[in-house]
Amino acid sequence: MREDHQTLALLLFSVFVAVTLGITTWVSRNRQGSAEEFYAGGRLFSPMENGFAIAGDYMSAASFLGISGLIALFGYDGMLYSVGFLVAWLVVLLLVAELVRNCGRFTLADVVAARIAERPVRTAVGTSSVTVSVLYLVAQMVGAGSLVALLLGGTSDTARSWTVVGVGALMVVYVSFGGMRATTWIQIVKAVLLMAGAVALTALVLARFHGDINSLLNSAAERSGHGRDFLAPGLRYGGSWTARLDFISLGLALVLGTAGLPHILSRFYTVPTARAARRSVVWSVGLIGSFYLMTIVLGFGAAALVGSADVRASNASGNTAVPLLALVLGGGEGSTGGTVLFAVVAAIAFATILAVVAGITLASSASVAHDLYASFRRPGAKQRSEVGVARAAAAGIGVVAIALGLLAQDLNVAFLVGLAFAVAASANLPALLYSLFWRNFTTRGAVWAVYGGLIPAVVLVLLSPIVSGSPTSLLPGVDLALFPLENPGLVSIPAGFLAGWIGTVTSPEPPDPAKHAEAEVRSLTGAGAA
Amino acid sequence: MEKEAGSGARATRLDDPWCEAPTAGWGRPDGALEAAADERPRPAEQHRDSAGEIYLEVQNSPAFREVRRRYRRFVVPAAAAFLLWYLAYVVAATTAHDLMARPVAGALNVAMVAGLGQFLTTFLLTWAYARHARLHRDRAALELRWETQEMTRGAVR
Repeated sequence: MREDHQTLALLLFSVFVAVTLGITTWVSRNRQGSAEEFYAGGRLFSPMENGFAIAGDYMSAASFLGISGLIALFGYDGMLYSVGFLVAWLVVLLLVAELVRNCGRFTLADVVAARIAERPVRTAVGTSSVTVSVLYLVAQMVGAGSLVALLLGGTSDTARSWTVVGVGALMVVYVSFGGMRATTWIQIVKAVLLMAGAVALTALVLARFHGDINSLLNSAAERSGHGRDFLAPGLRYGGSWTARLDFISLGLALVLGTAGLPHILSRFYTVPTARAARRSVVWSVGLIGSFYLMTIVLGFGAAALVGSADVRASNASGNTAVPLLALVLGGGEGSTGGTVLFAVVAAIAFATILAVVAGITLASSASVAHDLYASFRRPGAKQRSEVGVARAAAAGIGVVAIALGLLAQDLNVAFLVGLAFAVAASANLPALLYSLFWRNFTTRGAVWAVYGGLIPAVVLVLLSPIVSGSPTSLLPGVDLALFPLENPGLVSIPAGFLAGWIGTVTSPEPPDPAKHAEAEVRSLTGAGAA
Repeated sequence: MEKEAGSGARATRLDDPWCEAPTAGWGRPDGALEAAADERPRPAEQHRDSAGEIYLEVQNSPAFREVRRRYRRFVVPAAAAFLLWYLAYVVAATTAHDLMARPVAGALNVAMVAGLGQFLTTFLLTWAYARHARLHRDRAALELRWETQEMTRGAVR
């Protein structure tokens, strides 16, 4: 019976891979490889298409499986994640999306480097963007590996390793052959599948309780073994003050990190105008918000119908809650309905991981080719060769991500995602906001803002209990854990903003009013936008 | 157009990767006066400066100031409000357990209501921002965009 799940899940997943490969071939026919085409998909997507693609890029398997699992195990505390992930979009909508669309061409560094000395800033922002992307990428690869291990019903290490390699190889194919156009269509297909799956499961859960949310919550509380406490915060983050500070740190990183994620920012260049960028964010807020509302229902539904104890028994971090819920909703172990639903959920989770991985790979190959390589190449070199570099970079990043994904197989996925958000919020966001809104911002300020956030974030993680000093850390034998929190955001985000401010006020280079005027006029009106 | 103009300037700057302290101002005159005093004719630089003048002029125009004022008057209070509301929620969820656990109706407690309230305020603010931008900013910004592009096109030729 387990084999039935597996065969069906593999079949559905192969269909998804075939369809997406078909899309890649279809959209890349007769396309000349211009940079506009490769990085921005020709800039002619509609707001609705881009809104779905943004939602597809953002809703990773960590949200689908991870958040519902956390809710199934810890009740209300899991919900805090969904709130943070959604509220973050207000930062993107109000402060970033339109201005970034107006000022930049392909990457985050375009915006920051628009008004100050280009080369050092491009190098700095390119470095931090690649760091963020690689962290996020490794999280997704590790997630894919453990998902396979779960579905194949054992801890089969070979299957896990081969999945990581396979996912990596597929994404290199999508990105280097299809560029932004193929990646966008894959995100759209995936977002539609994910939403459809979530709607179907939510409807089934609500039907079980005859649409009565109250009785859903009550039976979740009852079967969780925690009673009323299950519906209030504190089960996971309510212990010591370190745990509470850690959660505040994570909350800060979640809400401020989204606006600094390179693969999200690059999506705004696929639409023609800032107005279209705004409308695509409105679409994605609607999609992402309703998706996270549904994950809450699914999480409590899993607690009520499967039971927290059974979820925990299947996977200690709760990642299998939704597949188990699907099994129960379909009629239970051994039934046809259960088998089909379980396979569908598993295939959607695979598709999710694959699409997110492709999106991030594209963004990081753009950072490598457009920011890092372009700031070192000869000024006369053609754009065409830059796209060649980007394709090669996609392959290179694929190899790095596969290698790190294989090495980091036992790392906690949620932690890696939180870390990527923390680095994005501490290194990318200060430089971006300062360059958009601060008249006197200078080159030194930009460089200091990036490194002043990036270096503390990375160093604090190396000194945290994640790496050493506790039985669950990477190096249990050593104790270098000088910093008590797992998420560095609480310290490194203010550090990035502070460093940018100090760098600017101590800078001997006078601010250039004409450049600031140009940046401000362009960002608010769209004059001269690409 | 901007990019091509910039690439000439970048070519000179490429030799100087960290053009901060000692070379401040080198190769990038600050205003029209310095540009006029510069003996060597550098077409790319000159265009950049005249474009810079145009942008300064647009930046000081009442129409642009109005667009900027409308943008800031919505975004600054709205961003401050939702960030405070979110931070208050996160801090309350981690510290004020008794308050959050207080029942409201049936299984719903204060924490649930606050969490769903975050969703609701996010949706409402998204709607309000999109509406405000559409009604009060888009048209004026678009006019400024065409005007500015006309002016900078003149500067190139």
